[in-house]
Amino acid sequence: MSITQERTNSIIGTRMLRREDPALLTGEAKFTNDLVIPGALHLAVLRSPYAHARIKSINVSDALAMPGVVAVYTGKDLRDAWAAPMPCAWPVTPDMKNPAHFPLALDKVCYVGDGVVAVLANSETESRDALDAIDVAYEPLQAITDLEVALSDKTIIHEDLGTNKSYTWNLKVEATEGAVDEAFKNAAFSVSERYIQQRLIPMAMEPRAVVAVPQPFGGDITLYSATQVPHILKVMTAITLGIPEHQLRVVAPSVGGGFGSKLDVYAEELLCVALSRKHGAPVRWVEERSENTQATIHGRGQIQNIELAADKDGKLTAVRVRLIGDMGAYLQLVTPGVPLLGAFLYAGVYDLPVAYDFSCTSVFTTMTPTDAYRGAGRPEATYAIEVAMDALARKMNIDPYELRKRNYIKKEQFPYTAFSGLTYDSGDHLAAAEKAMGHADYAAVRKKQATQNVAGARKRLGIGMTSYFEMCGLAPSRVLASLNYGAGGWESATVRVLPTSKVQVVTGTSPHGQGHETSWAMIAAEKLGVAPEDVDVLHSDTAIAPLGLDTYGSRSLAVGGVAIAGACDKVIDKARLIAAHQLECAAEDLEFAQGTFSVKGSPDKAVPLAAIAFAAFTAHNLPDGVEPNLEAQYTHDPKNFSWPFGAHICIVEIDTETGKVDVLKYIAVDDCGIQINPLIVEGQVHGGVVQGLAQALYEEAVYDTDGNLKTTNLAEYLVPAACDVPPITTDFTVTPSPTNQLGVKGVGEAGTIGAASTVMNAVIDALSGLGVTKLDMPASPNNVWKAIQAAQGGK
Amino acid sequence: MIPAAFEYKRAGSAEEAINLIGQFGDEAKFLAGGHSLIPLMKLRLAQPTMLVDIGRVKDLSYIKDAGDHIAIGALTRHMDVEKSPVLSQHVPLLAHAAGYVGDAQVRHRGTIGGSIAHADPAGDIPATTLALGATYVVQGPKGRREIAAKDFYKGFLESALAADEMLVEIKVPKMNGAGWSFQKFNRRAVDWAIVGVAAWRNNGDSGVALVNMGSTPVLASAVSSALAKGASVADAAAHAADDAEPQADLNASVEYRTHLAKVLVRRALEQASK
Ligand SMILES: Cc1cc2nc3c(=O)[nH]c(=O)nc-3n(C[C@H](O)[C@H](O)[C@H](O)COP(=O)(O)OP(=O)(O)OC[C@H]3O[C@@H](n4cnc5c(N)ncnc54)[C@H](O)[C@@H]3O)c2cc1C
Repeated sequence: MSITQERTNSIIGTRMLRREDPALLTGEAKFTNDLVIPGALHLAVLRSPYAHARIKSINVSDALAMPGVVAVYTGKDLRDAWAAPMPCAWPVTPDMKNPAHFPLALDKVCYVGDGVVAVLANSETESRDALDAIDVAYEPLQAITDLEVALSDKTIIHEDLGTNKSYTWNLKVEATEGAVDEAFKNAAFSVSERYIQQRLIPMAMEPRAVVAVPQPFGGDITLYSATQVPHILKVMTAITLGIPEHQLRVVAPSVGGGFGSKLDVYAEELLCVALSRKHGAPVRWVEERSENTQATIHGRGQIQNIELAADKDGKLTAVRVRLIGDMGAYLQLVTPGVPLLGAFLYAGVYDLPVAYDFSCTSVFTTMTPTDAYRGAGRPEATYAIEVAMDALARKMNIDPYELRKRNYIKKEQFPYTAFSGLTYDSGDHLAAAEKAMGHADYAAVRKKQATQNVAGARKRLGIGMTSYFEMCGLAPSRVLASLNYGAGGWESATVRVLPTSKVQVVTGTSPHGQGHETSWAMIAAEKLGVAPEDVDVLHSDTAIAPLGLDTYGSRSLAVGGVAIAGACDKVIDKARLIAAHQLECAAEDLEFAQGTFSVKGSPDKAVPLAAIAFAAFTAHNLPDGVEPNLEAQYTHDPKNFSWPFGAHICIVEIDTETGKVDVLKYIAVDDCGIQINPLIVEGQVHGGVVQGLAQALYEEAVYDTDGNLKTTNLAEYLVPAACDVPPITTDFTVTPSPTNQLGVKGVGEAGTIGAASTVMNAVIDALSGLGVTKLDMPASPNNVWKAIQAAQGGK
Repeated sequence: MIPAAFEYKRAGSAEEAINLIGQFGDEAKFLAGGHSLIPLMKLRLAQPTMLVDIGRVKDLSYIKDAGDHIAIGALTRHMDVEKSPVLSQHVPLLAHAAGYVGDAQVRHRGTIGGSIAHADPAGDIPATTLALGATYVVQGPKGRREIAAKDFYKGFLESALAADEMLVEIKVPKMNGAGWSFQKFNRRAVDWAIVGVAAWRNNGDSGVALVNMGSTPVLASAVSSALAKGASVADAAAHAADDAEPQADLNASVEYRTHLAKVLVRRALEQASK
């Protein structure tokens, strides 16, 4: 039976309050830095003040003499602690250049924030004070903050690589050779656009924190870390430090947001483990906010050149994309793969013939390494195609919605085999867009705009839209193999019915704000016919949940949630054998509903799961060949990506004198398939939209030409606060995914994927009458004003 | 985010505070609401070795009607300024401006005296009291003296206060029904102003001061003299930046800041003239 059908009293689909929240809201939840660990030494890291410099000498003697200081280590002192450089798990091409990257720099520093010296002291304060007493002599070298300058190789950052280019990755698919060139030659309309995806700082509210605790005896060590990926971290730490994996346990306590920034293996995690082993004492570290802006990965950072070819009706005939990806100074865990995650989506939600030419060249710069940040590659791709679609509509002088309608993949075409060979599972873009248009009252806005946006108007109105696909549910392991990704995409779940019929769900996902405990309990409760309160969800500790691939890429529900449903099925199958034995009937004659097995046709012959759980525990009377206990493990490897989609609309008003953009209304119609808990879904959409809107209007990691980050705190890096966020109307269509039993797709990144282009299309729509047809993000008042001045001056 | 080590002493009165500051010299600092000083210390941009906490000098927290002016104790919190019925009636511009300082938490901690003594050109309160022609009363080892707001601001975070002097009172003339406006332009609601304008107008008289348009709060005298000569609001506003030396930062180029000052002064005068 599919869980999505014929349910009475369904738990799935209810707006259950998050069980995580009471502890979080009352301060009961324990984050890594809340853990009380007696006798811990405190790590502090001295970081490079230069973007690019050679280390001439390091004098630590004054620091060593400071009160409370236990030890001071340079990169060279610790060189032998590492069995391998820090990991990059995604060698996207065989010839990809990957500089050796160690937790502390050896001879050179390559970005402001690069770790240089580690101090261990008895208190956090003493460790911090000692940093000021360390004397490092640097020979400054040329900083490189411009991607195109980096590509010129005038100054090479990692000399041994001989180039700043890391790789070029191509995806050219043509029905017949030369199809793309041909399409552009014959195009009735074409546009060629250049967009900048500015660098963003993920800025999780909880900065990173680490504690490594050795056991008093034996080699075992527990690593507590504010991470999204305890399982990956365990494997990578074992490899990098050359220690036996089975002696390492990784725990992620409550984690205060990640957005991809905690999907990594960081120097401080490795330092804490290495130094706690060396000193036989716990070692802890917590990141300062300004340190977080420099030493934790950044997101985005791309130059996008996109060309669209269309026929006389505006039907797309070819897409050509040239990307330059900013890797930053080193490759982190999945840095090089981020542009690839978008590579399949530059044709958006449109029915493109097989004429697609994508190429990405990625380059090193002397800035903080980049890596996956909410949406990872997909917001960038969606932005490029959706802003370019508006440019095409302007060129054709037709309504941008009309252009989209002519190009949407139609509902009947699903499952749809795209130009790339990927299959889009299900969708109805027109339905989502129509719903959003209804909320926006599109025709009325256009009418108002016509009267409001007259020459000299102080306030101009704009409306913009985006239709998007979110390729998620990362991912079928075989597809990952074809992309050279260093791991699979499966997820594991164990479901255990205890003797007293309470249920434990053990998951390999690792929540850090998403509400998995609530949703996973709902899934198991629905499947097993028990109350959600009777289900406990165990996670984020490799000793308790040894198998897992963690949480990122909107994968947890579509992979991990489906694994739980699969494990429940196995539990039910086993219980059915025991029930049949007790009721003296054939297993096939039993039906299972509302937590009870009953004989088809004679409902009074029944036995509840609770009784079977106890019978499985006592094992007094089990059928032959059935093992005691009611527990099953299931690993789900998805058959396909899942393809959530939606349509977003934004209405803005712009003060042409000051350049300030006011968002009057934001509408998000999302389709993530079946919703386990609509309350959580809406929360994910809200948060995602705010992050996308923040990229469009507020946020930017700004570097000066010497490679200094200028936005190192929350006064300079403008994360919008609650009072800066417009009202968001959320609505949904529900198109179940046919590729998993829950019909779910995933929603963690959807809002972010849709929002930036939606806001920017609205901004440009408001200003195009003044001649502004191009604007880089963020559309800050200064940038908007400057663009208006430039356009008006040109007249 | 950990400040360098420092000593801490709490003063019970202005005299005691001044005495303590005198003993410890240049390395000592008054601590009022701490909302400007502590952030600087956490970033180790300020490293005083002694803090003299005046936050609990209760008799310096008051708002009194003193006839032609309102007297405000230096330790009065922004929130009390904002909510004061006396100020709402007699100096509504100041009460209103205080409501734009940071967020509610900041306004409950930060003090009017700390804002003025800190002399941050981006602060809302220095420019507002400057526009209003306030007088600052300061107390040192030798007693009290008064400094006109227009003579107080000497440079970026520099004022006419001597190291051993404490700001104790702010005297703000009553506005006597003048029209007024406070314009604060920022990107996020709780941010410091990119440019701000405090303005009032009463027949031929006016006062206009600018936030974040130079290394000190700026009195836009050229605007007031144009108005006094009968210039239209638009023409007077064109002189908004005549007395300013704006700097570029992440949010605004010099050109944009100058433009914003003109737009905001015009809007302020339009509102104040109603
Ligand atoms: C998040 C945040 C947002 C903010 N936003 C704004 C804003 O939008 N607009 C705005 O105007 N301000 C803003 N502020 C600053 C706030 O107004 C501060 O309260 C104010 O600038 C300083 O007042 P304080 O009492 O906190 O002074 P403190 O930080 O205690 O002291 C500041 C300086 O003044 C000296 N000092 C203090 N009192 C006296 C005195 N009586 N005599 C002599 N010297 C003294 C101290 O020694 C120190 O050097 C913000 C602050 C924060 C933390």
